[in-house]
Amino acid sequence: MSGFKTHTGKAVALDRVNVDTDQIIPKQFLKRIEKTGFGQFVFYGWRYLEDGQLNPDFELNQPENQGASILVANDNFGCGSSREHAPWALQDFGFKVVIAPSFADIFFQNCLKNGMLPIRLEQEKVEYLLKAAKNQPYELTINLEEETVSDNQGFSASFTVSPYWKKMLINGWDEIEITLQLDEAISKYEQENVPVK
Amino acid sequence: MGKSIIDKVWDKHIVHQEEGKPDLLYIDLHLVHEVTSPQAFSGLRMKNRKVRRPENTFATMDHNIPTVNRTVIDDEVAKNQMTTLEKNCIEFGVPLAGIDSPDQGIVHVIGPELGLTQPGKTIVCGDSHTSTHGAFGAIAFGIGTSEVEHVLATQTLWQSKPKTMKLDFKGKLSEGVSAKDVILYVIAKHGIGFGTGHIIEYCGEAIRGMSMDERMTICNMSIEGGARAGLVSPDETTFAYLKGRKYAPKNFDQAVEAWKELASDEDAVYDAVIEIDATDIEPMVSWGTNPSMTAKVSDSIPTLADCATETDKRALESALQYMGLKEGQRIEDIQIQHVFIGSCTNSRIEDLRAAAEVAKGKKVHPSVRALVVPGSQQIKIQAEQEGLDKIFINAGFEWRDSGCSMCLSMNNDVVPAGEHCASTSNRNFEGRQGAGARTHLVSPAMAANAALYGKFVDVRKSEILN
Repeated sequence: MSGFKTHTGKAVALDRVNVDTDQIIPKQFLKRIEKTGFGQFVFYGWRYLEDGQLNPDFELNQPENQGASILVANDNFGCGSSREHAPWALQDFGFKVVIAPSFADIFFQNCLKNGMLPIRLEQEKVEYLLKAAKNQPYELTINLEEETVSDNQGFSASFTVSPYWKKMLINGWDEIEITLQLDEAISKYEQENVPVK
Repeated sequence: MGKSIIDKVWDKHIVHQEEGKPDLLYIDLHLVHEVTSPQAFSGLRMKNRKVRRPENTFATMDHNIPTVNRTVIDDEVAKNQMTTLEKNCIEFGVPLAGIDSPDQGIVHVIGPELGLTQPGKTIVCGDSHTSTHGAFGAIAFGIGTSEVEHVLATQTLWQSKPKTMKLDFKGKLSEGVSAKDVILYVIAKHGIGFGTGHIIEYCGEAIRGMSMDERMTICNMSIEGGARAGLVSPDETTFAYLKGRKYAPKNFDQAVEAWKELASDEDAVYDAVIEIDATDIEPMVSWGTNPSMTAKVSDSIPTLADCATETDKRALESALQYMGLKEGQRIEDIQIQHVFIGSCTNSRIEDLRAAAEVAKGKKVHPSVRALVVPGSQQIKIQAEQEGLDKIFINAGFEWRDSGCSMCLSMNNDVVPAGEHCASTSNRNFEGRQGAGARTHLVSPAMAANAALYGKFVDVRKSEILN
């Protein structure tokens, strides 16, 4: 995984609450055994009309939002199923950052594990971004080291990310590799905690 | 200051603690299924890593599996996913209850049934409804595929300790009110995000009086309230359920002695406490597109005028449009065309008994197609020994093999677009039971009753309870 320090890109507003992972990637696309290729199915039920044509009203399909890499959403984004296919699909579609007032716990973790940055901002800051990105091209810069989100019109907001994940993301480290260095501690734990058979 | 069971189990599993890092938590039991594991096994293979504790890992196939003619799988992609699981289990030495095994079933049904799920354990699975296992006093939570790979390789997970929440039920449940109604009531009242960042402990007289099957239904839907996990302190009911199960400890009395220490202390402190008036709960029916959009069966769908914010109003409008329902419509006036009795929420023997009791000697409404899908092959056999299959078949229900089935319709059990389904499952999200399908979450008894009437009728009004 490559490191994440700063990112500048187009933001798209998805002003909906409680967007669940069944919407992000519907169940009929979960049968692949690879991590790749899910982007074409992201938000399938919303992105396509019944006849298979792109739904022109859906936010991600609007011309000004093409090539967006930052998704701005509303409360409780990513609720429901634990499917990691949700961040895989968003990432494969081109998203590097998701901003929302709140996220579901598992989805939040799943993003971090894939080097996609989930950012929690205060509700009024998110409302500002949702408005700014609505119906017009809008660019944001995310600086992970400084923990800031800013545009080139004077908006700036700070966010927090745990020191652990900040370090992991910036360096693009493999979490399993780090844990395996603690092999002795794990073995010791196992020896001291033998369950009743 | 006393400790809650959450603190006790968590603290006991810390392998490594370091300033500025989450805790490294030991995982006692890792359950695996076909949908969220293939990429994790591939990851191991690419780095030449092994499964650290195959004996602490247990796999089954449930999400894709057909519930009729189960060996004939016409979906090639689904079939590949199941064969991949078989190959992975052989290569990495992981025990598997495969398609032909008498132990096969929904992963959250067979864990407890086989006695793998035990008090005080940490349990994970690449599935959000892993919270089910909390009914035994375990910390059990759903994880993503990267975490599945991490647990396979290291038998641990980096986890920041969630906050603790006590959900304290005051008073007794009324007759005819089931565990499903209880959890739907809680989510309807407090919203689908109320538990985010928390592990919930369910407490109070109403919970103590519940069987293990009922406690599992409650814990199962913790995630629908946003909680990472939900649990119940173990007691004699828990121990009696586990005694004699296939993988339960052979030195059972010794194990029970240790389990008895787990229950929360009287003076345990929680980050949040919510009191619930158990006497206010009645049979519940979801009408919208998330589990908080739920009302009492005697009630009506909210109106736009009831909405506190513009966002709520938009969410209501969007849900009503999807569901093809009107604001203020009475729940009892919703017509249904499908009934699904099954899923990790409500497919256990007591759920089937409750539904059979309603269906006994009656006929499914001519405009309704009704399915009963037992949670495991063991439950299927037990139900057949009790004659429940005959009751269902005679009433016009289809009697199937076990699997996740119409809860998420990854197999051929699908609700057609625009049609309404009374379902004992856990999610009523858009498209969950099929593109355009309209799901209503209910208890097994309410689902069986809906099958008979073609609409929702309060089970307490039916002759069955008189």
